[in-house]
Amino acid sequence: MAARTTTRLAIGYALAVAFIAAAPLFLDAYWLDVLNSVGLYVLLALSLNLILGDAGLFNMGHAAFYAVGAYTTAILSTRFQIPILWTLPASAVVAALFATLVARPVVHLRGDYLLVVTIGLGEIVRIALVNDVFGLTGGANGIFGIARPTVFGLKIRRPHEFLYLIWAFVAVTVLLFHRLEQSRFGRALNYLREDPVAAEGSGVNTARYRLLAFALGAAWAGMTGTLYAAKMTIISPESFGFWESVVLFLMVILGGSGSIPGVILGATLVVVLPEVFRGFASARMLVFGLVMMVMMVVRPQGLLAFRILRFKESDVRRAGASQ
Amino acid sequence: MEQFFQQLTNGLAVGSIYALIALGYTMVYGVLRLINFAHGDLFTYGAYLGMTLLTSFLLHDHLGLALGLVVLAVMVMGLVAVIGVILERAAYRPLRESPRLSAVVSALGASIFLQNALMLVYGARYQVYPDILPQTTVSLLGQQVPVMRIAVVLVSVTIMAALYLFVQKTKVGTAIRAAAIDQGAARLMGIDVNKVVTIVFVIGPALGGGAGLLVGLYYGQISFTMGWIYGMKAFTAAILGGIGNIPGAMVGGLLLGVVEALGAAYVSFAWKDAFAFLVLILILIVRPSGLLGERVAEKI
Repeated sequence: MAARTTTRLAIGYALAVAFIAAAPLFLDAYWLDVLNSVGLYVLLALSLNLILGDAGLFNMGHAAFYAVGAYTTAILSTRFQIPILWTLPASAVVAALFATLVARPVVHLRGDYLLVVTIGLGEIVRIALVNDVFGLTGGANGIFGIARPTVFGLKIRRPHEFLYLIWAFVAVTVLLFHRLEQSRFGRALNYLREDPVAAEGSGVNTARYRLLAFALGAAWAGMTGTLYAAKMTIISPESFGFWESVVLFLMVILGGSGSIPGVILGATLVVVLPEVFRGFASARMLVFGLVMMVMMVVRPQGLLAFRILRFKESDVRRAGASQ
Repeated sequence: MEQFFQQLTNGLAVGSIYALIALGYTMVYGVLRLINFAHGDLFTYGAYLGMTLLTSFLLHDHLGLALGLVVLAVMVMGLVAVIGVILERAAYRPLRESPRLSAVVSALGASIFLQNALMLVYGARYQVYPDILPQTTVSLLGQQVPVMRIAVVLVSVTIMAALYLFVQKTKVGTAIRAAAIDQGAARLMGIDVNKVVTIVFVIGPALGGGAGLLVGLYYGQISFTMGWIYGMKAFTAAILGGIGNIPGAMVGGLLLGVVEALGAAYVSFAWKDAFAFLVLILILIVRPSGLLGERVAEKI
């Protein structure tokens, strides 16, 4: 059973890789750009999935971490002329530190209270950016003139070049997050999502793991912010508003909270479907709201639901052998 | 001194509107333990329905200003209450036994749906209320205060006092309080909890819709997205006073309105909206049960 799902997953990923790699052959620049947005949103949704799906912490201010990463890159690039891709680790560290700092006092709050607090945090960050905090963020106009990234001397400028950069990062992320899911850390997160009291009782330091989930999710959102800043060359506060956080939240919930392929599917559908139905632009949000309500009644676990990890026969034998 | 007094009364007026909306959050949360994210949008519906009814029936011309406004308010509150009951049936009742997250997502979906339905009908631009209210000011403690500002506070406080008496003194009110404390035990005592939920979804949206009408009349300008920010602030007010607690919503609303008005005047106007969120985060860290909060059964 488990082996069959793994094979199916591998086939799914192989098809996706083949499709992305060949995309520039049959898609025009517009649709390549859509595909780039899909990539960025997959990264963001996967990073939120660590917090919301794996650890079960209702975070509806994820856009704030994304913003911190994007602004870190923009400031380092425009003021200190640091090459874009070198700012990736800086964005990750700054976003993770920021997340640790703000999540520290609120991480113990129960479900929907945490939701409201993170909405508040997200809004405060947006208002701070609009008000040109520390004179660094450029106010409501944001920051422009961010440099293009360079990989091995090749300047990345056109949509298909960004396609490979972004999706390479997606591939690395998916691989890492699948490994993380199976690790001690990932299982601890799942445990504390299912039952925090029992987890605490079995020696999982819940406060520490929750903070780590926030820090890691924020670091990934921050790095996605770097890619976003590099792609757009202009960033402004309105890209990181409440609505952005809601959309990310939905990608995780609709796709299948806690399930990596589910979240990828969720992000893809939420970005691509509105593009396909561009003709009904004004009514599509209405349908979106309706889908959310219906989904929660019909299939609350999401399209591709999270599967509980089971030990394989071989795992048990290996564990026995090592003792 | 004059600026301080003007900001204080202004804050009380805004705060009493927050308090009216907060009552809807607090009552629903009290009974269902659900944050009704669509409540802010019901408030917006009150404002838009009020505008349509005002301009199409011109009741204030036929019945005189005072009676016309009262009839208008009753119509708006009734219609928004109907929307509230439908909302509960469609979006929340099927999820009563589901995990919390499902109900939260459904509430968000309902909010998006309601907001966009309004946009499709009225368009995305600001709407303006007709100017029918007197612009006179009265002298209060030696300061000139717009008479409408006082009226907004008085109307809100009267409604809240009536609600408080209703919940404390009547049989239905007792049933609401019982269901809020323990739904299972209330059911065993012969209380129809579904009926209580319906009543809560009549009262809350009616008050929210009334607040929307007040905002339209008082500020003159409404937009289809305004429910979000008003809703968040009213929710903050509900938490500040102690969620589930009716006098708490009143105190929290007035306090938040004053803090915001004074903060905007003396600290920084640009950060006005951030004050409410800051208050929200601080209160949840320091005293999650709120100022007048009673027992908190669960650790939050």
